[in-house]
Amino acid sequence: MSEIVFKAVTKTFRLPRGGEFLAIDTTDLRIEEKEFVAIVGPSGCGKTTLMRMAAGLEFPSSGSVEVGGKRVVGPGPERAVVFQQFALMPWKTVRENIGFGLMCRGAPKAEADAAIGRYIELMGLSGHEDSFPHQLSGGMQQRVAIARAYVMNPAALLMDEPFGALDAQTRIVMQEELVRLARRNPRTVIFITHAVDEAIYLADRVVVMGRKPGRIIETIDIKPLRAEGGWEEMPIEEVMDTPAFTHMRSRIWKLLKAREQAAADH
Amino acid sequence: MAKRNFLGPHGTVLSLGEFWLLTIAGFALFFGAWSLLAWSGWLPPNLLPSPRAVWATLVRLWDNPFAGHVYADHMLASLGRFLMGWAIAVAIGIPLGLLMGWYRLLDEIVTPLFDSIRFVAPLAWVPLAALWFGTGIGGPLLIIFVGSFAPCVISAYRGARLVEPRLVEAAQTLGASGRQVIQHVLVPGAMPSIISGLRVSAGLGWQSLVGSELIVVGAGLGYLMVQGQGNLATDVVIAGMIGIGVVGFAIDVALRGVEAWFRRRWGQTA
Repeated sequence: MSEIVFKAVTKTFRLPRGGEFLAIDTTDLRIEEKEFVAIVGPSGCGKTTLMRMAAGLEFPSSGSVEVGGKRVVGPGPERAVVFQQFALMPWKTVRENIGFGLMCRGAPKAEADAAIGRYIELMGLSGHEDSFPHQLSGGMQQRVAIARAYVMNPAALLMDEPFGALDAQTRIVMQEELVRLARRNPRTVIFITHAVDEAIYLADRVVVMGRKPGRIIETIDIKPLRAEGGWEEMPIEEVMDTPAFTHMRSRIWKLLKAREQAAADH
Repeated sequence: MAKRNFLGPHGTVLSLGEFWLLTIAGFALFFGAWSLLAWSGWLPPNLLPSPRAVWATLVRLWDNPFAGHVYADHMLASLGRFLMGWAIAVAIGIPLGLLMGWYRLLDEIVTPLFDSIRFVAPLAWVPLAALWFGTGIGGPLLIIFVGSFAPCVISAYRGARLVEPRLVEAAQTLGASGRQVIQHVLVPGAMPSIISGLRVSAGLGWQSLVGSELIVVGAGLGYLMVQGQGNLATDVVIAGMIGIGVVGFAIDVALRGVEAWFRRRWGQTA
């Protein structure tokens, strides 16, 4: 059981010169087991904060976050996180980085080595096992970070703009690979992004957030579109050309724009 | 070959040959001026012996004891004393600096105190060291310790503060315990800064050496120089200074090697 449930969650931050800032207004969200949910929204809408609360790196000011029916009280390896800036340990090799969580867990060496080897191959990292992160391109570094999360066999995968620091070409390759990986190895996923295209392409469901205060504007089911259009069998550029996709994209853009205007007028 | 402008700003890349040529030119200029000054007779030889005379003295001190010991023994006595004092400074200073970097409360308590004490120069501790320890080993150790302690603390502190919070979070989400976070993230993350701190602190500790040996009876390069001064033997004093320079430089080169190794391994600068 690994559904993620946000119950009446609010988050306020204390401002450095006094006063408080409402980052997330009363928010309810339920992500089913093995569902892939992308959260889109402008900077400052609280989408990253929402993910960090599921990770146990931050805590709600009121309300609660539960994963698999248990209240989140801190970080843990059953909820793996992929960070935007990769967050690899520069002093560890690719193999050591991927194996870090297994080492912490005290996994037997043979078992750990087998699992690490499997993900090195799956993520196209063969030949780089003993490289240090600084010797790899950004795309390769993010593959290591994704492998490091997947190798833990986590119930939930929390990704904070994982492709945000990559160039456009690398990004497309990584998106396709993530779809491949997610299909082969389904998990409960929260995927934070501000790229609408990416959200529609990857997710079963897109949650659209707005700011001032941060809240969910709308939740849109993508799964039927994907199934009807046969997206999973098509290359990403063709998917993005289908009328269903472009229509969905402009619908989400309109939602975001309307909310921004309302926030500006406010 | 493109014309290089050595009078221009720094950043011009020199070839190895050019580097050595300029280094040798610097030394040649220095010893040339020194010889000229000694030879001209402006200063009497007992105040400024020529480089050649100092070299002769060095050769003599190598085989014949002065102030009780041959030159190499004075050198080794100094080196041993330095290593002990420096090791104590490193053993206390690095952990303290790391803890100050991780725990805000300790930082707030220790920093103001530390900032006031570190401006008392190592030499200014000589009278106190003499009162406390007399001529025992404790006096020089205290002074070398005082000389090298501050850079140990500061570099470890800075290193601890430079560790990306994101790396700590990443380790925690992968299930790392507190001890594992310290061992695998905080300490290695602070390492590049600690290593450069070791180099600075070794330099300062070695520089405090002469001050520490003013109060030692026995052996050491500083002691040799003080005895030379007492005997109006300027050549012995200068021979001692050369030893301090050479050993200090050798320590620095060794630690520079360690630093370079770490930078290659880490692939980044502190």
